[in-house]
Amino acid sequence: MLKKIRFVLALLFWAGITLMFLDFSGTLKCFLGWMAKIQFLPAILALNIGAVLFVLALTLLFGRLYCSIICPMGVFQDFVSRIAGKFKKRRFKFSPEKRKTRLIILGIFVVLLVAFSPIAALIAPYSAYGRMISSIFQPLYMLVNNLLAKAAEHYDSYAFYGVDVWLKSGATLGVALVTFLVVTIWSWKKGRGYCNTVCPVGTVLGLLSTKSLYKIKIDADKCVNCGLCEKNCKAEAVDFKAHTVDYSRCVACMNCIEICKKDAISFTKNAVQKSSAQKTDKPSDSALRKTLATGALLAVSGALKAQEKQFDGGFAVIEDKKIPARDCPVKPAGSRSLRNFSSHCTACQLCVTQCPNNVLRPSSKIENFMQPEMSFELGYCRPECTRCSEVCPTGAIEKITKEEKTSIRAGHAVWIKANCLSVNDGVKCGNCASHCPSGAITMVKLPENPSVEVPAVDSERCLGCGACEHLCPARPFAAIYVEGNEVHGDM
Amino acid sequence: MSEKNINRRDFLKMAGASAAVTAVSMMGCGNQKTEEITGQSTSSKKEIPTDKMTYRINPKTGDKISVLGYGFMRLPTVNNRSARENGGEEIDQETVNRLTDFAIEHGLNLFDTSPAYCQGRSEHAMGIALSRYPRNKYFISTKLSNFAPQTWGREESIAMYKNSLKELQTEYIDYLHLHGIGMGGLEQFEKRYIENGVLDFLLKEREEGRIKNLGFSYHGDVKVFDYLVDNHDKWHWDFAMIQMNYVDWKYAKRINPSNTDAEYLYNRLTEKGIPVFIMEPILGGRLAKLPKHLATNLRERIPENSVASWSFRWIASHKNVLTILSGMTYMEHLEDNLSTLCPLQECTEEENALLQRVADEFVNFPLVPCTECQYCMPCPYGVDIPGSFSHYNKCVNEGYISVSIQDENFAENRKRFLIGYDRKVDKKRQATHCIGCNQCVSHCPQGIKIPSRLKDIDDYIEKLKQEKL
Repeated sequence: MLKKIRFVLALLFWAGITLMFLDFSGTLKCFLGWMAKIQFLPAILALNIGAVLFVLALTLLFGRLYCSIICPMGVFQDFVSRIAGKFKKRRFKFSPEKRKTRLIILGIFVVLLVAFSPIAALIAPYSAYGRMISSIFQPLYMLVNNLLAKAAEHYDSYAFYGVDVWLKSGATLGVALVTFLVVTIWSWKKGRGYCNTVCPVGTVLGLLSTKSLYKIKIDADKCVNCGLCEKNCKAEAVDFKAHTVDYSRCVACMNCIEICKKDAISFTKNAVQKSSAQKTDKPSDSALRKTLATGALLAVSGALKAQEKQFDGGFAVIEDKKIPARDCPVKPAGSRSLRNFSSHCTACQLCVTQCPNNVLRPSSKIENFMQPEMSFELGYCRPECTRCSEVCPTGAIEKITKEEKTSIRAGHAVWIKANCLSVNDGVKCGNCASHCPSGAITMVKLPENPSVEVPAVDSERCLGCGACEHLCPARPFAAIYVEGNEVHGDM
Repeated sequence: MSEKNINRRDFLKMAGASAAVTAVSMMGCGNQKTEEITGQSTSSKKEIPTDKMTYRINPKTGDKISVLGYGFMRLPTVNNRSARENGGEEIDQETVNRLTDFAIEHGLNLFDTSPAYCQGRSEHAMGIALSRYPRNKYFISTKLSNFAPQTWGREESIAMYKNSLKELQTEYIDYLHLHGIGMGGLEQFEKRYIENGVLDFLLKEREEGRIKNLGFSYHGDVKVFDYLVDNHDKWHWDFAMIQMNYVDWKYAKRINPSNTDAEYLYNRLTEKGIPVFIMEPILGGRLAKLPKHLATNLRERIPENSVASWSFRWIASHKNVLTILSGMTYMEHLEDNLSTLCPLQECTEEENALLQRVADEFVNFPLVPCTECQYCMPCPYGVDIPGSFSHYNKCVNEGYISVSIQDENFAENRKRFLIGYDRKVDKKRQATHCIGCNQCVSHCPQGIKIPSRLKDIDDYIEKLKQEKL
């Protein structure tokens, strides 16, 4: 029973988060956004106290349920391991904890996170999972959608619309593929090996779960030493000979309870492990239920908390546009400053999957590797859209409203005379000025040739949305481009 | 819930529309009452008679010209699209031949082309299709085109004319047009045809019989038209081509201030005894895709007839019309037009009045008077001008334009406009990329202020996107 509840909840969480990463339409985020916000590391970075306390409390009560239910990377590995189990049953064997390795990795992770987060993010479970889905699977999902859109077009239906599928960053795709392969192979062979060796969240929660209120307990009296539990423990935490469980690695999946033919294993309050026989009262079912209910309540309030917290902060050939060399990357409105953004972002790519204008993409530069940045070859940051700020779970992009967005100066446009068609081709253009949503561009007469009108940018009014850059007819390099503002100003 | 309802309604609409289309296409030439009703029929499709084509006599040569002429401006490509809009695609010569065969078999005998059509490949395709028949079975109409200034010199013009003879595999041209006079005004006409002696050359060719009939096709500045008609005694025009249909008859100028009502043009030519060629009989398809309620008015009158057929019947009911040129890309266009004119049933007074009412309402819709002739293309900045106008007009015709965000169907209309535009026109080629360089304006035979109309569309899209209508 407990296993089934765990399984259903895990399935819901996993499907919710995965679908949110796949859904480019931005519909699901309205209902499921909180699932990303209660992810442990993003919640810590966002100083989302409610969510952090919820996860800590959950762990202190029931052990690493978080790893079994809430973490999409964990659930993903369970799926892989489950499939592997169809080929080779009872394949696990107790192995001692590699505590030193775990602590060293955790230590390095924390240091890197403070100093240089892009590299730390490589092993962070939620963002690594996000990158896998956004880089590998969202494009596939979009291609299927585009097929449906074609079919819909055929039947004059508007239920589906086509979207552009493009390679946002080769390096990030590479990282995602490596992560995918490593995690898949590891979990195929060793179940929760990644979670119990590398994962920093697993290590932190593992330290707490040794003190948890409810624990898996093996009743040595009932146990006939058949070893089924050990062979089926994907965390390799059960030692059936000693009748003990390594709680730092047990993810409370309840598989052992289900598999034990003698009812010798239970999820019990204050279980004290003794290798000798000792009778404990079975916890009354109702007491357990009550505690579970409290947990559920906590979960709901934690989720609510996570949501409330946000408010703190015969065509002519057309050459493709190329990315200009920007001195400072442009970060989306809501990120406040380059520093704030870089220190919070775990590069989960959720914002990238949500950007409807093809503006956000992971950076390939080493100093902010895989962290999203803006560029305007395929679209610009439209005034009515605040999606990235709505989904960001780490506080790298804080929630803003449309109205707030109209006064956040994320960058400023720079004119490049050498590229401007008004100067070079003698045509009357002004497409940048006529599309600037904040009216920051005015066409002025060129002093040396008053018949030519060129754009003049008022940096104080420029939002850095990139409309001018995107709509500039000069190709491949636009004659006006956006430089990021290191600190986002207010207008 | 409401979403579901809309979908179901849409589905019904779709099903209804397709049923209507099927019905119409299955009726074929339903307005002919030649066949006796012999009880139940397994198919309602009637054969188009091969011996009932309506002919007009050329008063000068006595030639019998079919009142329906085949315009080779929108030839099909191998991908089953019109070569006009898809210049890169190869023309489907096999289909062109098949269409030609079908046309000739049903008595059509006038074929019209130009060195400019289908990016210069139309004459060649026509040459292949027609040279399979004896030269006296058909009449060729082509033009001395004048779109590119580098062809305006005497030598270049003569080379263009000679090349037409070569491409068309013929010794003589039956009908040669001075192409698009009026675009660029009198001054340009003088430069293009008079000062360089090109008109004299053509008059000489006519004397020597290599041009059987010399005329002009007219768009734009009416001064040039008047000038040519006034000088009829000097140049003896054998024919003239104008844009005419039941909307342009009284409203050409209203739709577009730089155009002239067809009533004036037709009457002036008729007074002078100049036979008339007709172009844009259905305004580039817009009179075949009338706004729904107007189409219903016509269908109620004769359910079997296509909406397009009304315009052909109305035009052909004018006695001084020698031929109506129609650019028929697909067999169904050809079949529909043949069945309308084999034979012609002239419009009655009552039907004329009905069409006048339809025209009255038609001009009150804020359509862009674009006929998708593609003269404006390619836009140097890559904008798909006709595609943008066509999508906008389609939304107007089908009633998917919202006036305010409060409109009942705002969400649905928004989706249709935005998604439909992305489907029809590549994002890189949408109206928002028009920089207003104005290069297209002088090319538009309808005189549309293209940049400002594109800007209107862009503004409308911006309002839809921001939901600030």
